[in-house]
Amino acid sequence: MRAARVLLRPVGFAGFGLLTLVLLAAAFGPVLWGGRAAAVDTGNLLAGPSAEHWIGTDNLGRDLFARVLVAARLSIVLAVAATAISLVLGILLGAAPMLLGRRLGRLVTSAVNVLVAFPGLLLVLFFAVVFGVGARGAALAVGVAGAPAFARLCHTLMAAVSERDYIAVARIAGVSRIRVLLRHVLPNVAEPLIVNATMAAGGVLLTFAGLSFLGLGVQSPSYDWGKLMQDGLNGIYVHPLAALAPGIAVVLAGLAFNLTGEAFAAVFGLGDLPGGARSLEEPREPVAATPAVPGTVLSVEGLRVTIPGPAGPIRAVRGVTFALSDGEAVGVVGESGSGKSLTALAVAGLIEPPVRVEADHLLVAGEDLMAAGAHRRLGTSLAIVFQDPMTSFNPAHRVGPQLAEVSRFHQRMGRKAALARAVDRLRAVRIREPERRARQYPFEFSGGMRQRAMIGMGLMGDPRLIIADEPTTALDVTVQRQVLELLAEVRRDTGAALLLISHDVSVVTDVCDRVLVMYAGRVVEELPAKDLRTLARHPYTRALVAAVPDMDTDLSRPLAVIPGLPADPVHVPAGCAFAPRCPLADDHCRAVAPALVAGVACHKSTEVPV
Amino acid sequence: MKIPTSGRWPRFALRRAARLLVSLWVLVTAAFLMIHLVPGDPVRAALGPTAPADLVLARKQELGLLEPLWRQYVTFLRHLLNGELGVSISSRLPVGETIAQRLPATAQLAVAAFLLAVAVAVPVGVVMAMLTRRGRGRRTELAFTGTNVVVGAIPDFLLGVGLVYLLAVQTHLFPVAGRDGLDSYVLPVLALAIGPAAVLSRIVRVEMLAVLETDYVRTARAKRLTSLRVHLVHALPNAVTASLTLGGLLLSSLVAGTVLVENVFAWPGLGSSIVSSIVAKDYPMVQGTVLVYGAGVLLVNTLVDVVLALLDPRSAIGES
Amino acid sequence: MSTLSFHDVRVRYGSHTVLDDVSLEVADGQTVGLVGESGCGKSTLARAAVGLAPLTGGQILLDGRPVPNRGRRPVQMVFQDPYSSLDPRMTVGESLAEAMPERLGRTARQAEITRLLALVHLDAARAADLPVRLSGGQRQRVALARALAARPQVILADEITSALDVSVQGAVLNLIRDMRRDLGLSMLFISHNLAVVRYVADHVAVLHNGQIVEFGPTAQVLGAPRHDYTRHLLAAIPGAVPLKEQT
Repeated sequence: MRAARVLLRPVGFAGFGLLTLVLLAAAFGPVLWGGRAAAVDTGNLLAGPSAEHWIGTDNLGRDLFARVLVAARLSIVLAVAATAISLVLGILLGAAPMLLGRRLGRLVTSAVNVLVAFPGLLLVLFFAVVFGVGARGAALAVGVAGAPAFARLCHTLMAAVSERDYIAVARIAGVSRIRVLLRHVLPNVAEPLIVNATMAAGGVLLTFAGLSFLGLGVQSPSYDWGKLMQDGLNGIYVHPLAALAPGIAVVLAGLAFNLTGEAFAAVFGLGDLPGGARSLEEPREPVAATPAVPGTVLSVEGLRVTIPGPAGPIRAVRGVTFALSDGEAVGVVGESGSGKSLTALAVAGLIEPPVRVEADHLLVAGEDLMAAGAHRRLGTSLAIVFQDPMTSFNPAHRVGPQLAEVSRFHQRMGRKAALARAVDRLRAVRIREPERRARQYPFEFSGGMRQRAMIGMGLMGDPRLIIADEPTTALDVTVQRQVLELLAEVRRDTGAALLLISHDVSVVTDVCDRVLVMYAGRVVEELPAKDLRTLARHPYTRALVAAVPDMDTDLSRPLAVIPGLPADPVHVPAGCAFAPRCPLADDHCRAVAPALVAGVACHKSTEVPV
Repeated sequence: MKIPTSGRWPRFALRRAARLLVSLWVLVTAAFLMIHLVPGDPVRAALGPTAPADLVLARKQELGLLEPLWRQYVTFLRHLLNGELGVSISSRLPVGETIAQRLPATAQLAVAAFLLAVAVAVPVGVVMAMLTRRGRGRRTELAFTGTNVVVGAIPDFLLGVGLVYLLAVQTHLFPVAGRDGLDSYVLPVLALAIGPAAVLSRIVRVEMLAVLETDYVRTARAKRLTSLRVHLVHALPNAVTASLTLGGLLLSSLVAGTVLVENVFAWPGLGSSIVSSIVAKDYPMVQGTVLVYGAGVLLVNTLVDVVLALLDPRSAIGES
Repeated sequence: MSTLSFHDVRVRYGSHTVLDDVSLEVADGQTVGLVGESGCGKSTLARAAVGLAPLTGGQILLDGRPVPNRGRRPVQMVFQDPYSSLDPRMTVGESLAEAMPERLGRTARQAEITRLLALVHLDAARAADLPVRLSGGQRQRVALARALAARPQVILADEITSALDVSVQGAVLNLIRDMRRDLGLSMLFISHNLAVVRYVADHVAVLHNGQIVEFGPTAQVLGAPRHDYTRHLLAAIPGAVPLKEQT
């Protein structure tokens, strides 16, 4: 049970502990201390703390400690009742678009949007006028005033769930609206709703205290914590504890609800970003700088990338070695989880702790990345194109200045000169009207245009190497082709080498001279791109090529299928990672991992008929 | 996907103005209906069960409650356009006059507290995000979120009481109550600002952490800029934009928060008068004060949206 | 199985025309491929057929009668994202049972679930699993099984393999071909990938800017295209024509 895990966290434990205490006080307070709290002691009016009265007495000599404990019940009951009113009204209003249909629903939603703009306290005061002063009026006022916020929350949550395809599927299958709401929508928004209701109860408790404190809530002779505070404030000079003690009770009770909510949120995965990942940082061994081999723009030896995870470290890249000569184009293909993108990011020096990058040797664009200070020089010698052009530009800045920044920062150009270069580079990547475009924001560019601008950004310096991580995956085929052609042209003009990461075998064979095939964090085969379809020796490479239909696939036969699932990076098998899915595997394969020898990492490569 | 750029601002202005007007209309109508929503006879309730029947009738006549509802509504709107808010039942003074007298004190308090909260929250949130990013500084994070939750859970009026006790009753550093000289502002402003500052700094931190994980920050790092530049030029504007949306809500709740804090410090603002008028069932006074508070909140929200649109032009287009 | 026909279907959102007088027929037992680039209206056409997108004009008929857009549709749809198309809180068996046309007794229901899972080559034990425990390919098979559970006359498959890894995609495509052969399903198969469509479809329709620019037998449309746009699409496929550097 996931909910039980709440107790295992310090926050959850503290929250639940406090909440239990508060609820116990609410349940048994009046029974146990009711008499004491009402007993008038005329000899001890407004007394300070003593052994008999721990925090003193009030103006009738009644014991304040007992009164604080007794007040718990009314405070909690009112808070919970008001929260329940808010929640029920909120769900009804929030579900209106689903229940009433589009038009009426939209009306309700916009009404809620108007109401939600007003702060809760103002609404509470408004409804306090309508429902009148007193405990019941205040509960109604707080409850109704809290409804718009809950309605907004419900609406947002439900709208998110409604967009999921399973709702469309249920509707197509003829499931009624009410049933869709009850079976599919509510269960999937229940967790965040419960969390928010718990936290809201804490807030409502404070609001109530505020109302009673103002004299609009609970009236004499009843009392809750706010009323006790109001009574105490007048005597704050002589008897500060009388005002502070109920205040502390309110804060503790509020905290109890808040912390419990927070703990639930963390367990349900609604909270902050993953905090569970512990840093694996270790002192890095100094590696002797290897002199660059002339003509090599990228040289990687024994690259390892490790991601800390709850089930132990994930070894996503497990010793990758390769090199690129000047002007060469090399492709890396593999399925998701093969480690190809992490390899590219590691080579680009863009992986941050707690993910750990190690290598025996990592030389990029003539810079030893394992040495200090090398990164900055990559600003002009390394160009990078990322997968998603829609999110790779900063939405808050115009496109031109984003390009110009490279020259201003690395080449110490003035603002004007750098912007002129940016416009020139945009023209170079065939963006029409570059002067106008440079003044636009990224959201005004189409996907293909952004990817061109991204390439243009790489051209602001004088790149020796371009790393492109799935640069066309998010694009349509016709746009994909234009971007690939642009990359080829840039290579011809600048003589830069290209490292192209892609899941698409055809893209890689189109653009690259050489191909690396990755599986489960290792390079399993390395071969000339033109031989990929015909001369591959690794069973995985061959299966990968055969599984993808192309325009010449034989229609009379079923497609080749790779049995089983891709290797789980948390539990990579001991021997060859592909062995569990390989028709040729034997015990030796399952026990000993094959090394990459003569372009292939397979014990059986000689048995594969070419 | 072409988005026409010309006419973006006029359309944004038009839409935003329409929303403001609709909200104002809702506010005005709600304020008008308030007295009619009160169960029973509101005037009788205000004057007490012992008041003679002809006094109640006269007062009803004076408030226009004997007219048909639509006529009352029209009169109400006409008076409102002329800036007339009616006459207080208890003090017999024009409501507009009382409000004009008390509004500056409240506005000063709210604005000062908001500026203080933002000035503290943004740097704290950003620094905390940088220190605790990706599982670094676990202890700092725990200390920060811990204090944050606790401070955020203390309501402003209680903070006020606590501050009065510590800094006024015990040490006599600042006056206990009243509005008299600069040092009388310190405690109320602190009481109002601390809670929102805690909440806002938490929001800024979370937004900053989210922004630091985006693709465009990776792009900025790929440009090999200094870490300071990546954080301040590329991450901060986006994090602040995102925080501002919630910051606006915070500011308006701060406007309302003055009600409680003013009562703690006997501050001569609108907050103390609205409470006494609710208790005294002085409906014209409550009506006027609610209108002023509500309009203030709506103006703040509009202002926030405009600032947001200037900082992040996408928000001027979106919302569709 | 039956014939699904679109007659001058028009869909507009505000001033934006998504589909402009589209006419198309999915004949009995046929698989028709619908290709085009993102935003051309492919998905909207399918969504219109099951009542998820409102028609501005035209008709969608099933065997000559309008497709009902309330209650259980005789046309079922399978979506692109296998992680969004199964309710995370319902077991595979519950999801399948919900789609069944009539309420069955416990044993009959179990038998039907087992039969459906077998159709998509899944083990009957999977019925008790929540979707979290399934891989993307397995989820997509469950989605297909659920569509079959409603005993549809036509199935609409919207980019059902594009979210899958290449090694898994092949298995799902084989399954689609088996199902058509064994069950005689009529199907509208939507994809941006021409090679995939070529592999599963008898006929192909090319959609461009909300209009069908070419329709015909697969071999003819993809082998000897008549419309410029079809040629343009074919030329853009990686590996089709050597890359030329722009000049």
